[in-house]
Amino acid sequence: MSAAVPLPAVHPRRRAFSVLRGTGVAGIASAVVIAVATLVAIFGSMLAPYSPVAANISLTFVGPSASNPLGFDFEGRDVLSRLLAGAQSSMLGPLAVVVGALLIGTLLAVVAAWRRGSTDAVIASGLDILFAFPGILLAVLAAAVFGVGLLSASVALMIAYTPYVARVLRGAAMKERGQPYVAALEVQGASGASICLRHIVPNMMPLIVAQATIMFGWAMVDLAAISFLGLGVQPPTPNWGFMISENQIGIPEGYPLPALAAGVCIVLVVIAFNVLGERLLEQAQAAR
Amino acid sequence: MTDPSGGPVLEVSGLRKEFGELVAVDDVSFAVPAAGSIAIVGESGSGKTTIARMIVGLERPTRGTIAACGRDRSRPARSARDRRRRGSEVQIVFQDPYTSLDPRQSAEATIDEVLRLHHGWAPDRRRARVAELTELVGLDARQARALPRTLSGGQRQRVAIARALAAEPRVLILDESVAALDVSIQAQVLNLLADVRESTGVSYVLISHDLAVVRQLTQDVIVLHRGIVVERGSTSSVLDDPQHEYTKRLRASVPRPGWKPRRGALLGAGEGTT
Amino acid sequence: MSGLGQAPEAERAPATGLSPAAVGQTPQVAPLLEVDDLTVLLRVEGAERAVLKDVALAVRPGEAVGLVGESGSGKSMTARAIDRLLPRGAKISGQIKFDGVDVYQMAGADLRSFRNRVAMIFQDPRAHINPVRRIGDFMTEALRTNLKVPSAQAAARAVDMLGQVGIGEPERRMRQYPHELSGGMLQRVMIATALLTEPRLLLADEPTTALDVTTQAEVMAILDELRRDLGLAMIFITHDLELAAAICDRTVVMYAGQVVEVRESVLLHDDPLHPYTAALAAARPDIGRTATRLAAIPGRPVSAFEAPAGECAFAPRCPHAADICRAGPPDLAELDGGLSRCARAADLRGTLRGADHD
Ligand SMILES: Nc1ncnc2c1ncn2[C@@H]1O[C@H](COP(=O)(O)OP(=O)(O)O)[C@@H](O)[C@H]1O
Ligand SMILES: Nc1ncnc2c1ncn2[C@@H]1O[C@H](COP(=O)(O)OP(=O)(O)O)[C@@H](O)[C@H]1O
Ligand code: SF4
Ligand SMILES: [Mg+2]
Ligand SMILES: [Mg+2]
Repeated sequence: MSAAVPLPAVHPRRRAFSVLRGTGVAGIASAVVIAVATLVAIFGSMLAPYSPVAANISLTFVGPSASNPLGFDFEGRDVLSRLLAGAQSSMLGPLAVVVGALLIGTLLAVVAAWRRGSTDAVIASGLDILFAFPGILLAVLAAAVFGVGLLSASVALMIAYTPYVARVLRGAAMKERGQPYVAALEVQGASGASICLRHIVPNMMPLIVAQATIMFGWAMVDLAAISFLGLGVQPPTPNWGFMISENQIGIPEGYPLPALAAGVCIVLVVIAFNVLGERLLEQAQAAR
Repeated sequence: MTDPSGGPVLEVSGLRKEFGELVAVDDVSFAVPAAGSIAIVGESGSGKTTIARMIVGLERPTRGTIAACGRDRSRPARSARDRRRRGSEVQIVFQDPYTSLDPRQSAEATIDEVLRLHHGWAPDRRRARVAELTELVGLDARQARALPRTLSGGQRQRVAIARALAAEPRVLILDESVAALDVSIQAQVLNLLADVRESTGVSYVLISHDLAVVRQLTQDVIVLHRGIVVERGSTSSVLDDPQHEYTKRLRASVPRPGWKPRRGALLGAGEGTT
Repeated sequence: MSGLGQAPEAERAPATGLSPAAVGQTPQVAPLLEVDDLTVLLRVEGAERAVLKDVALAVRPGEAVGLVGESGSGKSMTARAIDRLLPRGAKISGQIKFDGVDVYQMAGADLRSFRNRVAMIFQDPRAHINPVRRIGDFMTEALRTNLKVPSAQAAARAVDMLGQVGIGEPERRMRQYPHELSGGMLQRVMIATALLTEPRLLLADEPTTALDVTTQAEVMAILDELRRDLGLAMIFITHDLELAAAICDRTVVMYAGQVVEVRESVLLHDDPLHPYTAALAAARPDIGRTATRLAAIPGRPVSAFEAPAGECAFAPRCPHAADICRAGPPDLAELDGGLSRCARAADLRGTLRGADHD
């Protein structure tokens, strides 16, 4: 006998809000940082007071002033404008990585869980092999094969992240797959694809969103590292990761601000994604 | 649906299931006539659920045949259509009302999904049928729109029954479907099942360890012990005058007014082993 | 836990203050356990809510009392309150006396001795046993640590007790792990373990609900026999009236966190005092015959905090509800040698027949 404590029905529109509120002050603050970063990524180029690419050697590493609050970079470009405009490529890369890795990872996880048995085993061993390659190594390989650029770097990271996602989600998918309501749908004659798409995946969504959020942070760091190595975004396109590397020559000369400003942006956004992701993950796990 | 006139709606013969070394079900045969009912009783682990899962196609028999409405269903369905047709022949309601519903779906959405699967009906017609079914199982409008977590165990079990009935099955398997319910709710659901049989002519396969529930709902019974049928007959004769040693033990163990459990009298093969 | 022992003892007549016959006591024997006015509040969905309201019951030495009710009625909470095992944050008022001493005032050696004299067994033995420790280790722990019994002696007593609960080859069982035992076997181990410290009161919370009916009968018989041999008092919790009646002298019926009826078990089925008891008995199908229709109770069982306030908690579901039932919450009152919390109890006397279906 089990006692049912009746709970008030939650309006679906209020759900997102209540989920967010459940993440606490740190979670909400992180969400605000992420929202700002996203807005800048979308509208940054328009907000930029000056052209982010117009160089003027005579202004190289000139310090902050009222009209240029963050000063100029190694080629004499306005740092603030480059930060604002650079948000786009800095956020877009991780977004592509996360979306790609999640799509493929979820697909593999759900297929493994649905088919079980040998399909599951084949997918698991395939993932084990992929798991052995570090993301950066894949990026170097991808750059060698497809050429240097944001796209190939993102694709490489996406491949590197997929086995991780698939592994984490496979457990959740297995658990959902074993629920009697899934068996009931099978008995009704519903197709595997529709059960997976309409029931199993939606029920995994809180976990998927939490994973996506955490991964976004990692992807940003990894892509910044790749850009730093010169294998990501190509100049003169502004990008936070690349801004660190192109301005590092200023650090020993006493002009750390351009590199530092880009670093701070990355760190802020990465921390925000991580904190929010961890909180969402806690929530998703507590709900099971 | 064509009814092979007079023939059983469900016929199981020589059914066997092995899980590795373990023989969970061995040479089980029975038939259920249209609008008839049979109970499968036996202690936990005796293979009752395995039989149910084989009938609905969730498990593949090692040997034996299963036919519903005259059509074989011992092997996996080959087409989507075949799968759906099987779904409209035999349905099942599981034991645990808490896990047998998608937590994200209201009763209405749950039933509507099944209607869409089986019939090419317009939304209006589906809506009307959803209302009919929720009313049949005694859910009010608020409950029909509510998510499962706001419903009690008994209410959830009603949703599960309505979902099964939405396919308009000829046979409904009830695998311990009232075991987890409170006594007062169990009575409501048992009455509901009697009403449903009256109005739809559905046949029941009731899996239960509760002999009083078996008496209430079924005409025939088979007693399963370690995967083997040890006794069969009409429910009243088996319960009133059990023949097999195990059935006697089962019957004697049921608490009833004036009952005194006696020690040792019941120690048998099932218990005492690990 | 707060508010302990502060409950005013004057004014309100505790149930145990009713005539001893009403609670089935022989006048000269002082109760071993006395629960009075027990109210427990818990945090449910962020708000403080009552899960028990004015629960009163008494158990004499050597007496078996059944505690019956549907889910959420507060049976487990009552047992947990008695054993001081309430969830964190619980607010409790009223009084629980064991052997004349307020349980919640106990500390130090008194509390340890109370723990040894009150034992509890649960519905799901697997949830209450460490899966990686051997049976013998688990069984003797309390003896060795609390009572400082030497290991060899503790083991010998455990082996002996396993024999008494009908477990063959007890020495071998002592070396096994919980997963190697069936559910019925494990529950017998739990009973044996509970009896090892020679308790005087056994709290059995649905100990057979998860077992097969044949195993249930065996475990019930063992429990009943050992209890009698050892002169042990027991509170036996179940949702099955018949099961309680089989081994209990008196039965306490609970609904929505309140005691609604106290009655000699043998009378409960055929001659109940409270409409809820009658309805429970009638709702259960009868193994001897098929009813055209079961006497279902409309609605669903509720917890104390969901029950309507200011009227009889059972009123929304009661076939006998009348205006008087909604005038105020009825008191637990004496009637025909029992207690009933029903405004119409006297009116309805003789008309409530549990066993009638048709
Ligand atoms: N998928 C499975 N794999 C291995 N053994 C199983 C599986 N399903 C059931 N069994 C075993 O088959 C036997 C019968 O189980 P089941 O049909 O669930 O019994 P019942 O429903 O009568 O309690 C049990 O011993 C059980 O452990
Ligand atoms: N840990 C807990 N926290 C809050 N409420 C609880 C807790 N455990 C039980 N309850 C509530 O207390 C009430 C009584 O529960 P319980 O004593 O377990 O009932 P019973 O054992 O009779 O089924 C129910 O409403 C239940 O939901
Ligand atoms: S007081 Fe009235 S409503 Fe309550 S149980 Fe008695 S008759 Fe029924
Ligand atoms: Mg089963
Ligand atoms: Mg309980």
